[in-house]
Amino acid sequence: MFYTSASITAVLIAVIVDVFLLRTRLLASKLFWATWVIVLFFQFIVNGVLTGLGVVQYDPGVIVGVRLFYAPIEDIGFGFALITLTLCGWVRLGHRAERRAAD
Amino acid sequence: MRLTYLLVLAGCLLATLPLEIVLNARVYRRWQRAFLAILPVSTAFLAWDLLATYAGWWWFDDDYVTGWFIGPLPIEEILFFLVVPVCGLLTYEGVRFFTPQWARPAPANSAGPVRAATPPGAN
Repeated sequence: MFYTSASITAVLIAVIVDVFLLRTRLLASKLFWATWVIVLFFQFIVNGVLTGLGVVQYDPGVIVGVRLFYAPIEDIGFGFALITLTLCGWVRLGHRAERRAAD
Repeated sequence: MRLTYLLVLAGCLLATLPLEIVLNARVYRRWQRAFLAILPVSTAFLAWDLLATYAGWWWFDDDYVTGWFIGPLPIEEILFFLVVPVCGLLTYEGVRFFTPQWARPAPANSAGPVRAATPPGAN
């Protein structure tokens, strides 16, 4: 279940980056969670197509085996981390741009 | 069909395009900021993807990819980590269009109107 632990690690890294490293505190905003719910909905569709058709196939030994819309449940964690980290960077750079505009 | 994975990605870009045009998300128009936000994250994910693919945790069916590979990764898998973050940024800005009050204010150490709203020493 390497993929399982990697997924949990990815989520933890995303939380640490948001709360402590970049201090964007996106996870404390409604805007983030509204975004994530929408992204998750489309992730189920896109990932469902990719894993349902077998475009990507997983070694059963590395996943816990629970699947949601064909995709391993672990993908939820990876999707969360991918979106959270990207948004952290985007928001952080936005603050910088605002500061520069104000100077 | 060998275009399957590529078409899925194209579908993602097409489906989110109205967010840029209709809801004025301005992600493509701020492409440098988008690029800087996405690059470190996609690099990390691709490095991880590369290792996991080498390790055999997952693999790609040749019937659904164009056949252009960089190392063990189909070109589509590399594009995935550009396309999906772009879709995420567009979604975020799209939601913000409707609910700007849901965004967190910029931290107190940044200039601008939000500074006045944050009590001194709050951070």
